[in-house]
Amino acid sequence: MLLQQLINGLTLGGVYALIALGYTMVYGILELINFAHGEIYMLGAYLGIIILAFLTAAGLTAYSLPLSLFITLVLTVLFCSSYGFTIEKIAYRPLRNAPRLSPLISAIGVSIFLQNYVMLTQGATDKVFPSVLGSGGFEFFSTRVTYLQAAIIAASGIIMVLLHLFVMKTKTGKAMRCVAQDKVMASLVGIDIDRVISITFIIGSGLAAVAGVMVALYYGLVNYSIGYSAGIKAFTAAVLGGIGSIPGAMLGGVVLGLAESLGASYISSEYKDAYAFVILIIILLLKPEGLLGKRREEKI
Amino acid sequence: MNGMTMKRSFLFRSLIIPLWISFLFLPFKGLLPAAVLFVVLSVTIPLSKALAGYLKEIRLPDLRLTRFVPAGDRLGLLLLVPALLLPFAGDNYITDIATLAGIYIILALGLNVVVGYTGLLNLGFVAFYAIGAYGYALLNTRLGLGFWSAMPLSVLSATAAGFLLAVPAVRLRGDYLALVTLGFGEIVRLILNNWDSFTKGPNGINGIAAPQVLDIQIGKISLYYYLVLVFVLVTVFVMRRVQDSKTGRAWIAIREDEIASAAMGISTTWHKLSSCAFGAFWAGLAGTLFAAKMRFVSPESFTFMESVLVLCMVIIGGLGSIVGVIVGALVLVLLPEVLREVQMYRMLALGCGLVFLMIFRPQGLFGGKHAASDR
Repeated sequence: MLLQQLINGLTLGGVYALIALGYTMVYGILELINFAHGEIYMLGAYLGIIILAFLTAAGLTAYSLPLSLFITLVLTVLFCSSYGFTIEKIAYRPLRNAPRLSPLISAIGVSIFLQNYVMLTQGATDKVFPSVLGSGGFEFFSTRVTYLQAAIIAASGIIMVLLHLFVMKTKTGKAMRCVAQDKVMASLVGIDIDRVISITFIIGSGLAAVAGVMVALYYGLVNYSIGYSAGIKAFTAAVLGGIGSIPGAMLGGVVLGLAESLGASYISSEYKDAYAFVILIIILLLKPEGLLGKRREEKI
Repeated sequence: MNGMTMKRSFLFRSLIIPLWISFLFLPFKGLLPAAVLFVVLSVTIPLSKALAGYLKEIRLPDLRLTRFVPAGDRLGLLLLVPALLLPFAGDNYITDIATLAGIYIILALGLNVVVGYTGLLNLGFVAFYAIGAYGYALLNTRLGLGFWSAMPLSVLSATAAGFLLAVPAVRLRGDYLALVTLGFGEIVRLILNNWDSFTKGPNGINGIAAPQVLDIQIGKISLYYYLVLVFVLVTVFVMRRVQDSKTGRAWIAIREDEIASAAMGISTTWHKLSSCAFGAFWAGLAGTLFAAKMRFVSPESFTFMESVLVLCMVIIGGLGSIVGVIVGALVLVLLPEVLREVQMYRMLALGCGLVFLMIFRPQGLFGGKHAASDR
């Protein structure tokens, strides 16, 4: 029972961590809570359904299921990255030097727009993901783990390691860290800040798309409103781990996933959605810099 | 600019941007609507760009309200006449909408204290509205208290909630504060939704009594409209007095520059607390009026979208401007009623509108210039 909940929590936590990475990267660079990020995840889940249904109709899924899933994932990531890129260009870039509230409100506007766009085009009811994966699995210390759960945990782990290596080792990653530290200095040493910010949005949105497709496969249904609660939970995970810190977002995601899954089974499942908010409030009040974050001094 | 780059930027605007955007919309609606979107955008984007050039040349008349109508108190009195006559002119439906608009004006003016004057972003303001509404609903249905005896209690509990939430929250920086308030709003809604034995959960509470004034039951909507109107006038009066008081100026000073105002001897902590509590007070009042008007409350009325809607009322009109907030509330309540056929697209337009408003007019339609000067 406990082990089962741990595995469920870990699966959920991997998904939260993937979304949280997008929040934490954007916040690290722009100090903006990207409210539309949860909607990118929701778009990813919908696109997964649409593209997979299209491929199934074209006969590819019957021919080769892994290939079909792979193409779905790649196309979804491409589309969602484009959404992230475009949203930043239209809604955030003109507000780079505006007062702090302006981009936040603009982000809320984007979020409302995307939610209602999907509701209008895809309907307000739950959309069912074509069940292409069976519920096969294996026994692990007398606990049942489905292949999908194992795949989600493994995929999110691998993606996080790759992202960490990207940010720490590559030139673009170094530029991202540099911009996060000081935008003016970064531009003085010849870093194209606009490009770095665009890349950040593209990567973050791509990760959210992966999370979206995985969740759609895992739960088997999506709704236009899933982006809001998943977004808030992922943001909680990012704050919990220390906003701006990439390892922090991973840790925060896993901790939050475990807390939610254990809380739902041992305390009360009715208040499942409230745990994230309670954790968020407690963390912000007691240790606003998070578990792994550094304390930021207020600049005057 | 030489001819070559002119040509390229024209090509960019009329082909590449529309192509890109219709490509992004493609998977959700299919090929044909995407093609239509492409044609529409490839005409409108270069056209709007060209028109923008001409529009800059034309000197637009000053569109501030005070230019066309008498300033100050006379303006208010002028607006009061149609407001007083409304129940005689229109049918019950119009009066009903106007009553709702009045309740939203009180609510938005309350949020304006927190967001507009003090500059603290509150994304869970609807929680205090909910506490006011459920306060009256529970006191009335469980203890049998009447409107006038329950109202002070429910308003007081909303104020207390505002104060208690603010005690730990005001230490936080802008966007963290926004998240804590958002979390608080959601927790309040989840409690209302799940605590079946006390709040009747998602079914809501019905059978709330209508208020009574001097033995007259205010059941009819036209009578209730006047009751709300009186409360709106009281709210506007108090807001105007508070805005020019020492406390109000301290709030605005904190919004403009917290460190400088602390250096001037203003207790920033105390003023932030008083601002949150004062804002919650009006939300509690609006909630009580809402419960008494609907005679039914359920958690559905107090979602995050509701908080955002009230925030939009404050922002559209202009942060910190009383007239602006009233216009914002009227616009957002009346517009969906006017545009009933296209109501589905209302939220879509609201989302777009917020983005464009922030880009082109961050101080709101009626906001002063100073509102945008903080970092």
